Amino acid sequence: MAKFKKSSNSKEVPAVSTASLPDIIFMLLFFFMSVTTMKEVTYMVDIKVPTATELQSLEKKNLVRFVYVGQPLAQYRGTHGSETQIQLDDAFADVSLIESYIVDERSAMPENDQSKLTVALKVDKETKMGVVSDIKQALRRAYALKITYAATPGNVY
Amino acid sequence: MGKRKVPEINSSSMADISFLLLIFFLVTTSMSVDKGLARRLPPPVQNTEDMKIDVKERNVLVVLLNTNNQLMVGGKYMDVKDLRETAKEFIQNPHNDENLPEKRDTILPTLGAMKYTKNHVISLQNDRGTEYQAYLKVQNELDAAYNELRDELSKERFGTTFAELNEDLQDEVKAVYDKKISEAEPKNYGGK
Repeated sequence: MAKFKKSSNSKEVPAVSTASLPDIIFMLLFFFMSVTTMKEVTYMVDIKVPTATELQSLEKKNLVRFVYVGQPLAQYRGTHGSETQIQLDDAFADVSLIESYIVDERSAMPENDQSKLTVALKVDKETKMGVVSDIKQALRRAYALKITYAATPGNVY
Repeated sequence: MGKRKVPEINSSSMADISFLLLIFFLVTTSMSVDKGLARRLPPPVQNTEDMKIDVKERNVLVVLLNTNNQLMVGGKYMDVKDLRETAKEFIQNPHNDENLPEKRDTILPTLGAMKYTKNHVISLQNDRGTEYQAYLKVQNELDAAYNELRDELSKERFGTTFAELNEDLQDEVKAVYDKKISEAEPKNYGGK
């Protein structure tokens, strides 16, 4: 006991070590890096998704391909007009390209995931159904039968 | 001048650097999970002639949505707000109405003998000029009708909500209230 007291008297109280702080932060960092995803694409069309109540979340991002539909943003109005346009990845596309896009994307996926491919339609709420119907027909032809109409939770009426 | 310790590299800024990285990733990535209404499209038809299946008239609920986003259900003009109740009544046919879908007896492993409208179909038709929000509202209401019925059945028989049931029971409840929303091949009625 005496010895213990002596030793504590002779030294200062050691500072709390912060050496592990960077490690903790790095752990947080890696956690967020793995849990979150980078923003998919930069929108070239203006999309305000409709509201709905009976929503299901898309589980696996790597099995989902997006089709964006809406009016071009202001900076693309000059080249693409203001009519509703379809965006695939980072470019405007025509309905006829959807089929080959889906086929390409699917063949790039691992074989046992190919049947689980889901196509999420992110469509602006003011779009006319004609475009959406055309896309759905194209998806049927490409055998991409699992689709999701993207929406935000909210009041419907 | 005997032993001198090599000074340690000051690592207190390490935390700041990693904090910066952390914040950068928090800003650029999105945690938000995309949500939506899941649907299954029918496979493409090779020959439209073969696709004509006879369905009794009482088994079909025709939901029409025109260019002006007006809704007609079973021949009557309707507000979207009333669609859920109408669809529920149609799917369930609680009073064995002759104009509502016929009920068939089926024996399920856990639920036992059940009478339900096995052959009902909700036929949804929309115009090319229909607005997407209106279309999704209708889809949402139909989904809600099915979900409410499933919940009601689960509560009645198992005392919990549908979501809390295990997978086998969920499949059985799903079998009773199976989503049968058929979408007609797109037509252009209203013109644009």
